[in-house]
Amino acid sequence: MLDSKRIEISGPAIPLRGNDIDTDRIIPARYLRTVTFDGLGEHAFEDDRRALKAEGKLHVLDEAKHASGRILLVNKNFGCGSSREHAPQAIMRFGKGIAAIVGESFAEIFYGNCMMLGIPCAVVGASQMAELLAAVEANPELTLSVDLRTRTVKAGKLSVPFEMPEGARTQFLEGNWDTTGELLSGHAEIRATASKLPYFSDFG
Amino acid sequence: MGKTLYEKVFEAHTVRKLPSGQYQLLMGLHLIHEVTSPQAFSMLEERGLSVLYPNRTFATVDHIVPTASQLRPFQDDLAEGMMVALERNVAKHKIRYFSLDKDEQGIVHVIGPENGLTQPGMTICCGDSHTSTHGAFGAIAFGIGTSQVRDVLATQTMSMSKLKVRRIEVNGKLGAGVFAKDVALFIINKLGVNGGVGYAYEFAGEVFDRFTMEERMTVCNMAIEGGARSGYVNPDATTYAYLKGRRYSPTGAAWERAVAYWESTRSDADARYDDVVRYDGAEIEPMVTWGITPGQSTPVLGKIPLEAQFEESERESVREAYAYMSFEPGQPMSGTKIDVAFIGSCTNGRMSDFEAVLDLIRGRGFKVAPHVKALIVPGSQKLRKEMIALGYDKIFTEAGFEFREAGCSMCLAMNPDKLKGREVCASSSNRNFKGRQGSPAGRTLLMSPVMVAAAAISGHVADARQVFGLAN
Ligand code: SF4
Repeated sequence: MLDSKRIEISGPAIPLRGNDIDTDRIIPARYLRTVTFDGLGEHAFEDDRRALKAEGKLHVLDEAKHASGRILLVNKNFGCGSSREHAPQAIMRFGKGIAAIVGESFAEIFYGNCMMLGIPCAVVGASQMAELLAAVEANPELTLSVDLRTRTVKAGKLSVPFEMPEGARTQFLEGNWDTTGELLSGHAEIRATASKLPYFSDFG
Repeated sequence: MGKTLYEKVFEAHTVRKLPSGQYQLLMGLHLIHEVTSPQAFSMLEERGLSVLYPNRTFATVDHIVPTASQLRPFQDDLAEGMMVALERNVAKHKIRYFSLDKDEQGIVHVIGPENGLTQPGMTICCGDSHTSTHGAFGAIAFGIGTSQVRDVLATQTMSMSKLKVRRIEVNGKLGAGVFAKDVALFIINKLGVNGGVGYAYEFAGEVFDRFTMEERMTVCNMAIEGGARSGYVNPDATTYAYLKGRRYSPTGAAWERAVAYWESTRSDADARYDDVVRYDGAEIEPMVTWGITPGQSTPVLGKIPLEAQFEESERESVREAYAYMSFEPGQPMSGTKIDVAFIGSCTNGRMSDFEAVLDLIRGRGFKVAPHVKALIVPGSQKLRKEMIALGYDKIFTEAGFEFREAGCSMCLAMNPDKLKGREVCASSSNRNFKGRQGSPAGRTLLMSPVMVAAAAISGHVADARQVFGLAN
């Protein structure tokens, strides 16, 4: 599958400031009453967006100047809280479709969920994040590029290195981040490991 | 050099190293519920796959179940649709289902232990972040996303990186009126809500040695709120005594073999840890959160901290919390008026949580303040029946609490139990995120069940030690 490769993702960015943004805020629980992921995009950050609207303000996701955003910029511990995959599913379906996230740090389950969906999460230092956010706020049309080959986020004159575990990076570059096939191929080893664990058979 | 339980269990369940550098890890127990599984079953079927180990997969319903009446069909069509999907999936794939009809349903993290499914030395996963709860038994247990649920259904494995291990010791004695919940909130306050990212937490020390299984579960449940995907306590005599005789516990000669295996998984005395922290139990006071993360808490007699007391990088969140909660820095927490009181959830919805409250209110004429709506929500139907058999429902109702059916209830906004407007809720649950309890402006104060009861009776946040006359 050619289109499963994630080599360089570029496009305008959405600067979403704030630490510890949890998955309840990314997608409020009432939208989890569903048996599909369809249509979640429009409810992304719904309560935060509504709260600001009520005050006569606009959430960054609602600002026309960021309407074509493809890369989400965040701060620390993004995606903490509930393990709901509905959160990255909503993000990837929001607007034009968010294809990559750049942030100072991510909650672990959220990061893993993004991996499973082919959304690279690039980790950059705090001061670099501040520069990226400022650059995009000053110029919303700025095109960012998240280059997995060189591990850099480029934005105009800025070029910022990012961190990503080597294994994850290779999976994105080679397009084999969808794990099911890989795991299935270990069928014999799975059975062998199970047979060595006493509780799989012996504690009946 | 010895090994930790985490390393031993991880190694025993490692199928192989994957080209990505991660490990393919075998799952001993897969728990599923209605919210995070339907899409996984759809993906499985789209790919023409089946469930590899249906006998290691167990299902129940909890998040969407109404607690006022559990009659089907549910009034909420969306919730009913999720029930139907789950019922179809478990029937089709021959998965054991703890159902409403059979009176076996409950919060997934309550029924696993209650039925003896959760055992030491296992790997346990569930599409739910509070799966860390099961670590109380000395299992490596963690939450996963829906695509991983698909993978575990299809292969009983998932790809994982090895975590580091931080040992958190709490020694000495806890004071009167200080509970496992306070220990959890204290640890998160000290280490931060993302202090545990990349770590499994091993909880140890005299306080954990003395804790009952239910107390250990309360703390492991909240490991994830400190950023640690897994938290565990080494199995010991308390663990085995709890497990003995439960529905899915080993019996006869298998019991002895099981205990031998469980013992072998304990962390070695000379195990190497990536980090060790130690606290004195006597330092811990009844805690209450004032903000919008479980780390934003204070001892009940303390004050809401000033912005200056936080590091620069945290101040924005802190300002956001003051604004959302409409609390002033420097304001005392005690005396904060509440509208709702909730005792339940996978953190504190077990027998000992309710009994701790009962022991204090029984026969003493305490009544819930007239303006407070107070809910008692057992974690499972089995527990609910036991409580009714003991007459606990009557004592609670006479004191002005509503005694509900089992479910997640007001812990999150997926069933009819919700906050309204800007209501303030004293809650024994685990998350005080913005909007968590169902109203986008609702406010949650996390605390122990006994502190929730003290708040319900006083009508405002109050030191349970004073309300109930507890002394060391
Ligand atoms: S009680 Fe709350 S935290 Fe626990 S499983 Fe239910 S919703 Fe999740």
